[in-house]
Amino acid sequence: MVKNKVLLRIENLKKYFPISGGLLSRRVGAVRAVDGISFDIKKGETLGLVGESGCGKSTTGRAILQLYKPSSGNVFFENTDLTKISTEELRQFRPKMQMIFQDPYTSLNPRHSVGKIIAEPLVIQGLMSKQQRKDQVAQLLELVGMNPAFMHRYPHEFSSGQRQRIGIARAISLNPSFIVCDEPISSLDVSIQAQVINLLQDLQEQFSLTYLFIAHDLSMVKHISHRIAVMYLGKIVEFAGGNALFNNPLHPYTQSLISAVPVPDPQVERKRHRIILEGEVPSPTNPPKGCVFSTRCPLAIDTCFLAPPEYREVQPEHFVACHRVRAG
Amino acid sequence: MNTQLILEVKDLVTKFYTLEGVVHAVSGVSFDLEEGETLAIVGESGSGKSVTVMSILGLIQSPPGKVEGGQAYFAGKYGRRDLLKLTPAELRNVRGGQIGFVFQDPISSLNPILTVGEQISETLVKHLGMSGEEAQKKTIELLEQVGIPDPKMRYRNYPHQFSGGMRQRVMIAIAIACNPAIIIADEATTALDVTIQAQIVDLFQRLRNVIGLAVIWITHDLGVVAGLADRVLVMYGGRVAEIALVDDLYKRPQHPYTIGLLSAITRLDARRSNRLVSIEGTPPDMLIPITHCPFAPRCPYVFERCWQEIPSLIVVGKQHLTSCFYDLDKRRPRDG
Repeated sequence: MVKNKVLLRIENLKKYFPISGGLLSRRVGAVRAVDGISFDIKKGETLGLVGESGCGKSTTGRAILQLYKPSSGNVFFENTDLTKISTEELRQFRPKMQMIFQDPYTSLNPRHSVGKIIAEPLVIQGLMSKQQRKDQVAQLLELVGMNPAFMHRYPHEFSSGQRQRIGIARAISLNPSFIVCDEPISSLDVSIQAQVINLLQDLQEQFSLTYLFIAHDLSMVKHISHRIAVMYLGKIVEFAGGNALFNNPLHPYTQSLISAVPVPDPQVERKRHRIILEGEVPSPTNPPKGCVFSTRCPLAIDTCFLAPPEYREVQPEHFVACHRVRAG
Repeated sequence: MNTQLILEVKDLVTKFYTLEGVVHAVSGVSFDLEEGETLAIVGESGSGKSVTVMSILGLIQSPPGKVEGGQAYFAGKYGRRDLLKLTPAELRNVRGGQIGFVFQDPISSLNPILTVGEQISETLVKHLGMSGEEAQKKTIELLEQVGIPDPKMRYRNYPHQFSGGMRQRVMIAIAIACNPAIIIADEATTALDVTIQAQIVDLFQRLRNVIGLAVIWITHDLGVVAGLADRVLVMYGGRVAEIALVDDLYKRPQHPYTIGLLSAITRLDARRSNRLVSIEGTPPDMLIPITHCPFAPRCPYVFERCWQEIPSLIVVGKQHLTSCFYDLDKRRPRDG
């Protein structure tokens, strides 16, 4: 159940990656991966973060967890600003915030047994005896639908879906309250994707977990998320509850994104009107002056090229950054 | 209806002899392709969909791979010939000349040290015997045809100066350069973002209508297939599970695996449901030769016979074949 208590509040978060060049390796520019975004994540909800490759969605996830130090902005976790505290203090928060990675091959150490991989966070936090850890690992494996005897095996002995389960077991080993799921299913086969999504939902219910679910697959995001943020070139262009976003998308980018997703039904596909965007996403080193989407927007007018639109609430709980959308 | 078959594949068998054992990648696949038709081959990783087409075109590296059986008749410029019996030189002529390809990863399929224009012209000079000047003119036309803006200038650019979507357009330009009869697109849009994927799918549909190309579209994505294919072939464990016209496959799937796949995908136009229907278990280990239906361990309709023999394709409707012992309409095992 989604309560209205805010777990995380992100305020004007920015992450620029410097580009150095020239003889003295001076700073010559910056990749504006995340360029001033604000939103909150409520306790027990799944917040979907969608966008195309390079839009800054993964950077957002990592900057929230302080895996990248944000260039500016604040991240409040249960009222503590994670950007202001020391590394030592931050370590106290680490068990509460975990991450599930996209690639189940590179995110598991091939030389460690599954038991060692899952127990590693427990070892680092130093809370348990060896036997306790072993019992805990067995329990975790069972929880993610695997045989506890597998703890003695190595990652290469498992399929990608099973590896992703191991990654999930590791993420929940410290009893976190918040998990960033960074494209957790995009490298899995369709029949396996559904298994992993169901597992994530079961765990959420059982342990009242809060997810930030990062993905480019809109239909999967729609299935799992309570609210959804759409990102484009480092900015959030639209933010709304799942139903509102899909039934009444306001931003032209969201509209074209939704229309580009194929529906697995030939009859629907034949009748559908598709908004095909011209061109491609501009470079984040040199984003457009006005609205970030102006170079591809079918509705752009003069204003759009001159000034960035304000990110505002146009309907209750429905935020959009677009000059062409009227409030009401 | 008078339709011409341009490709007939019969009982194709391909194995890989690896250190760990024999991988039974393709075990008796048969299908055909009509002129101007788009056939989608759908399956999960390891189902043998790519190996099937690579085998037909002699692109299986040997060792470890070996095409051990079957025929693949291609009705090309020089009459109807079995591609599996051609010499490497003859095959090279077919590839690129009469059958074009578009692969998943355009960056590794393009040569990084040649300009895009040179790579397209090369095909034209080699297969059509054009002069350098003719080839350049034709190349610029082709770039324009696949929707690359400012083709004259882009002719001189290198692959790294193109984005993923633009590179895929270049690959398509190479593929259609010699007016092939068939284009094989192997996961051609998988690496692309949805808005770019929509652009490429749109381009394929336009080319099909304009040039009348036959397309074999290999993918794992049943969503893209719905809007693109005339017929769909579903593969599982190196075998054909089902073949049907696109509408029939989505409306009246006749193989439990197809049903599983269709219910496992989320739909944007669906209401939010609480649980996805998943196919339990994992795909088969292709190292182990089987004597039963490959889907039996995961099938909700499994019964005795499924464990005793391997089902072969049977006709269940107009242009609709399935390899399943269970009659899903009557909800009971089939007779005979």
